[in-house]
Amino acid sequence: MADTTVSASTVEKKRINPQIENFKNVWRKLRQNRLAMAGGFLIIFFCVAAVVGPWLTSNDPNMPNVSDRLQGPSGEYWFGTDHHGRDIFTRLVHGMSITLRIGISSVIVGGTVGVFLGIISGYYGGRIDAVIMRSMDVLLAFPSILLALGIVAVLGGSITNVIIAIAIFSIPVFARIVRGSTLAVRKLEYIDAVRALGASDARIIFLHILPNIVSPIIVQATLFIATAVLSATGLSFLGLGATPPTPEWGAMLADGRNYMWDHPHIALFPGLAIALVVLAFNLFGDGVRDALDPKLKS
Amino acid sequence: MFVYTIRRLIQTIPVLIGVTLVVFLMMHLIPGDPAQIMAGERADAETVELTRDRLGLNDPLPVQYGSFVWNAVQGDLGNSIRSGRDVSAEIVPRFWVTVELAVYSTILSVFMGLIAGIISATRRNSISDMVIMVVALFGLSMPNFWLGLMLIQYIGLTVGWIPVSGWGGAAVILPVITLGTAGAAIIARMTRSSMLEVIHQDYIRTARAKGVKERYVIYKHALRNALIPVVTVVGLQFGVLLGGAVLTETVFAINGLGRFVVEGINQRDFPIVQGSVLVLALLFVLVNFIVDISYRLLNKRIELD
Amino acid sequence: MTTTNSIIKVDDLQTSFFTHKGEIKAVDGVHFDVPAGKTLGLVGESGSGKSITSLSIMRLIESPGKIKGGSITFNGEDLLAKSEAEMRDIRGNQISMIFQEPMTSLNPVYTIGDQIAEAYQIHQGKTKKEALQKAVDMLELVGIPSPKARVKAYPHELSGGMRQRAMIAIALACNPQLLVADEPTTALDVTIQAQILRLINRLQDELGMSMLLITHDLGVVAETCDYVAVMYAGKIVEYADVNTLFSNPKHPYTVGLLKSLPRHDIDQEELEVIKGMVPRPDELPEGCRFAPRCPFATDLCRERLPDLEDLGEGNQVRCWIHTDQWNGPEVNVKDDYRSAEST
Repeated sequence: MADTTVSASTVEKKRINPQIENFKNVWRKLRQNRLAMAGGFLIIFFCVAAVVGPWLTSNDPNMPNVSDRLQGPSGEYWFGTDHHGRDIFTRLVHGMSITLRIGISSVIVGGTVGVFLGIISGYYGGRIDAVIMRSMDVLLAFPSILLALGIVAVLGGSITNVIIAIAIFSIPVFARIVRGSTLAVRKLEYIDAVRALGASDARIIFLHILPNIVSPIIVQATLFIATAVLSATGLSFLGLGATPPTPEWGAMLADGRNYMWDHPHIALFPGLAIALVVLAFNLFGDGVRDALDPKLKS
Repeated sequence: MFVYTIRRLIQTIPVLIGVTLVVFLMMHLIPGDPAQIMAGERADAETVELTRDRLGLNDPLPVQYGSFVWNAVQGDLGNSIRSGRDVSAEIVPRFWVTVELAVYSTILSVFMGLIAGIISATRRNSISDMVIMVVALFGLSMPNFWLGLMLIQYIGLTVGWIPVSGWGGAAVILPVITLGTAGAAIIARMTRSSMLEVIHQDYIRTARAKGVKERYVIYKHALRNALIPVVTVVGLQFGVLLGGAVLTETVFAINGLGRFVVEGINQRDFPIVQGSVLVLALLFVLVNFIVDISYRLLNKRIELD
Repeated sequence: MTTTNSIIKVDDLQTSFFTHKGEIKAVDGVHFDVPAGKTLGLVGESGSGKSITSLSIMRLIESPGKIKGGSITFNGEDLLAKSEAEMRDIRGNQISMIFQEPMTSLNPVYTIGDQIAEAYQIHQGKTKKEALQKAVDMLELVGIPSPKARVKAYPHELSGGMRQRAMIAIALACNPQLLVADEPTTALDVTIQAQILRLINRLQDELGMSMLLITHDLGVVAETCDYVAVMYAGKIVEYADVNTLFSNPKHPYTVGLLKSLPRHDIDQEELEVIKGMVPRPDELPEGCRFAPRCPFATDLCRERLPDLEDLGEGNQVRCWIHTDQWNGPEVNVKDDYRSAEST
């Protein structure tokens, strides 16, 4: 028995190293892709801004200032002020962390569950697979944001509930992709070899299958953050997510809507901010996908 | 093909069961007493009791689910808490508005997306390719409700003859652009990469070696193959459109099903939410079914499996 | 080239690929001609530039590739001077081509009937109905059973051999004067290979066309060709009629290729293979391109590239050994050849 374990781990070592080589290769390709790098730097910039930004802005994001209502962009108020006289730039900076938190945590939660279900489904097959995948089909039958909408309707509107809602609607997306990749990996001969050497299911899943399917997961996660940000701001715009006076960008748009006709800057800047964040994740996600899957880009 | 259609039809049955189950359970998952919720927050104890009785909430759950489905099949989705009116009767006209909005937007995105994608692919790395791809990237990164607001602000209010709210006639222009843009962007990107992949296939060289005109090489030999993956995207995109309709209808004050859901949620009028969500989900299941069938028709190769 | 009455004459053809690493000369000054009604075999290992040569004749080189110079004279006219529209009238009509991969060379979304009919319709100006009838006739001609039913089949419904027959039917639908066949049997099973070769031979006789056969397989050459041009790293190294080439090869590369053929007349311990690989077109050696793999190579070979010279025995050879300037030991290439490593 001891012997088989030793040889099992030798087989494993051989298989894990190409992953590292592959990672270097992907990183090299990613660095050559200027658009992807631009997206990556934007993401880093946004993250830094979300953490550091609130300390650097001098205005209070939520304090109304009646005398400075609806000011256009100026030296003091870079992006102008809203109908309560609050500095839009300050509010955007403070809202950055909310946007990123929703996007990233919903993908982490939904991705973890989805990956788990997808691997189980693909690895065990049979009835487990059928039950899981049919459930995923049911979730996918609800048109995108509508599912999140229903969930928020049930749970009530708050940032945490938005995260849960978006996480749930991301589960089937991850599960499907992971199941497909798992099926492909499971067919490889070395999985049979490792199994023949006595490795447990858990060991095979975590040491052999998971490392081989990281690529599609990373790609999906990056791109889904973009979707999550769009959905979350949408929910808040509908009044079902973050509520005023939280400086959430979708809520800012909803809040300022009635004043935008005469003061376009109120709607312009929050929308641009959303678009930029989404764009950054799309750019980076595209780049990662191209780097991981060379056949898509000749 | 017939066999496949039947098989695919059978496959939708568990999905239909699941969808109705989820919608049914929504009511029971809400914190609080379903009877109280269905009767409205301000209903007194007696009304709540009556509601409980009327809705059969004292029955075991499977029986309740059965009657929910049975009623839904007969077109009975309950009554609105606020107005007391029949939910299905409220849904029907709004349903058609949303379907119109979604269909026009799909047509716009397929049309624009295909043209842009083909131009991009055939003039790879040209200025037009780059412009199209940058615009497409922005198109799918913009929140559509914001695009709607901007269109109202900068086109609706300046041009004048385009109404910025409601539905019908010229009023459809801005909402359809709003809802169709992201789809057009995705289809353009998909078409481009699919065309680029197809253009390097051996059978394209065969077509050229036969003396086929370049135009026909692109539109007859390459496009038909490149369309196969695009069809799937169009189907998925339709679901995104139905979801996006919620926001678009809210921005343009269109009396569609999407806005109805939001109103229902805001007024805690639960039968409305339940009924509308169910109808939209069923519509999406139907569209996916049609897309799968046409995918089969387009792609002769997979018929063997 | 001394042969008169040739259907196509390729003169100093140069085709290069312009990549970010610079120019890569895939075909570098190739000369040959195909005598009317005969078959010329263009032979070489993969990477020698023979496929690029065939695509150059069809003018189907795609960017970043470009035909840089030379001429291709077909029926007395230079193909390289023709417009794209004029070229289209020739492709599939006067010059047809069949490719190596029957599995991927047919369009999966059209029936093979449609694909055969298309060329006929374009070039002969016939109606769709007439063209489809022609497709049935062509399927019958290439030996596909029950052609009336198969004309409606999609490529995935046919086996590899059947698909290659369908490809041949497409190529021959307009009765071309020249057929360019790029490794037509390489992707097929051995038994099917023989059938397809026999079919091509038979059709060539029946239709009286000339053929340029591109192959790496001298066995195929022996069965089909009248003349042979051996290509190595973008250049022709030997040209001869098929009998001369097999009985009296002059270039060490040709000899090496011949020695690597399995022989049935003698017992062989093992097949001799030419050691090493064809140099990549972006790292061509100076001097004779075969020198690094040649058992006879001298400093002269490594420094200067020899010309293709007519030896007057039916061979044209690009090798210093057969010139006055040869300063190495006396060699008989055919008898003394050992693969580089064993010397």
